[in-house]
Amino acid sequence: MDLYQELILEHSKRPHHAGLRDPFDAEVHHINPTCGDEVTLRVDVSGTGAEAVVTDVSYEAQGCSISVASASVLAEEVIGHRVDEALETFEAMRAMLTSRGQVAGDETVIGDGVAFAGVSKYPARVKCALLGWSAFTDALARAGVDISSTSSTSPQGVSS
Amino acid sequence: MADVLPFTDGELAAIRGDFPILTRTVRDGRPLVYLDSGATSHKPTPVLDAERAFYEQHNAAVHRGAHQLAEEATDDFEAARATVASFIGAPADEVVFTKNATEALNLVAYAFSNAAPTDDPKDERFVLGAGDEILVTEMEHHANLVPWQELARRTGATLRWVPVDADGALDLSGLDELLTERTKVFAFTHVSNVLGTVNPVADLAARAHAVGALVVVDACQSVPHLAVDVATLGADFIAFSGHKMYGPMGVGVLWGRAELLEVMPPFLTGGSMIELVTMERSTYAPAPQKFEAGVPNAAQAVGLAAAVRWIEGLGIDRIHAHEAALVDLLQRGLSERPWVRVVGPAVGTPRGGAVAFVVDGVHAHDVGQVLDDAGVAVRVGHHCAWPLHRALGATATTRASFAVHNTVAEVEALLAALDRVPVVFGLDTEREAS
Repeated sequence: MDLYQELILEHSKRPHHAGLRDPFDAEVHHINPTCGDEVTLRVDVSGTGAEAVVTDVSYEAQGCSISVASASVLAEEVIGHRVDEALETFEAMRAMLTSRGQVAGDETVIGDGVAFAGVSKYPARVKCALLGWSAFTDALARAGVDISSTSSTSPQGVSS
Repeated sequence: MADVLPFTDGELAAIRGDFPILTRTVRDGRPLVYLDSGATSHKPTPVLDAERAFYEQHNAAVHRGAHQLAEEATDDFEAARATVASFIGAPADEVVFTKNATEALNLVAYAFSNAAPTDDPKDERFVLGAGDEILVTEMEHHANLVPWQELARRTGATLRWVPVDADGALDLSGLDELLTERTKVFAFTHVSNVLGTVNPVADLAARAHAVGALVVVDACQSVPHLAVDVATLGADFIAFSGHKMYGPMGVGVLWGRAELLEVMPPFLTGGSMIELVTMERSTYAPAPQKFEAGVPNAAQAVGLAAAVRWIEGLGIDRIHAHEAALVDLLQRGLSERPWVRVVGPAVGTPRGGAVAFVVDGVHAHDVGQVLDDAGVAVRVGHHCAWPLHRALGATATTRASFAVHNTVAEVEALLAALDRVPVVFGLDTEREAS
């Protein structure tokens, strides 16, 4: 089974940047209603416009190995990066995850995210892998960042 | 365990031969081990044949038209009603065909709030308002919870619930405070779709009737698995789905006592369910037609009747004994694995056809994925019983649920696949699940 790459298992057992931290600009709570997985995610952004940078992403994720590892990789890949780069990473992750195994993913863009390539062959698990990402883009929007250039991930969460 | 199974190997092979889907493979050529019949059962050939024959030979909109096909379709549909009714010990006109069990439960919940103040005369049993109470339980499927939450919201009535104890049974210690003169309806499941717990319907119904409450029973997980006779069950209404009892998707059943169906306001309205229509108002046909608006799901009802005949051919008591043996075997197998915690009644307690469990440290989705990789199909998640999972302290569980075509070898296949879970996720299997 190519789903449970070592990287995914590692991230799920020891998620990076886990826990909720201050300061933050927005906090969201997203759920996967089919299985009850939940993520509470905070984002802290500095600067504006093209100079805006994701200074921190902190989260509490309760769920399967895929959703927890995905939140961990997300934090790893976007903290310290410009917002436009983070959104590019999100787009690349989303494109790979929804490709039904057709897109392998570019390690230079999504880093450890390539470990999730196998998830795209299991449609029921794509939502797990996207849970953190949809929370992240929702949090960016609530923090005042214009995310209109990105595809919708049909956020189901509520702000808290 | 095999020696106590009620079906011989030959009989079981013949049963399995009725299900074409059991011959297919999944995930790179593995035999399908289908342990998700609690979600939906597979359909034996006689059911598929009956549905097809209806369309090929008799297809017409029932209860309409003067032509021969319309007569035959109507006869088939009404014969299906009689077959299903007989299976649960009811007169034919007490059976209402719905889309599914969820619609059947909503039908009753809406009958309460549709008993509007302008109706005259109206039956007080169906009138709800502030100060009235609706009682449910903490182990309900969302289908027998959310409609009652909505009814409470629409009417101002208060929703209360019976909690679940640590063994997965209803905690009835506080029932006298919960079930009172204020209670207008008590809705609960016959058999839990997660825990497998079999609730004492007759006792609970007697206590509800003593305070004047109506009793609505979710029978989705009982009718396909054990003998249900509404004449002795004690309920006023039961709801069950066709697709969980070898029948087609798209047909469910509401059974209700005739005198209640007679006074209940309709849920969905439109064609078929009327008696007389003018531009100002309408009067309604007698039950069950009053609750079957629009062209009904006749082909599915005919398929469901074929499923009932197929079940009766095997005998519901033998089906129950077969599934109970497999449940027992699985529970014993799981109890030998200290890293697995089964939720619900202990080994030996009467149970429905489902066993749900937790592997501590591994999310149910991940457990299910490893099982799926071995061709073993189970359900993972909260099984539409989210409040119950909160009460159990579990985000999600893995559930194996049985049908009559399952075998001892399939239980063994599940256990063997489950043993891969600690390997994949690096669990310490000496540690006990908490």
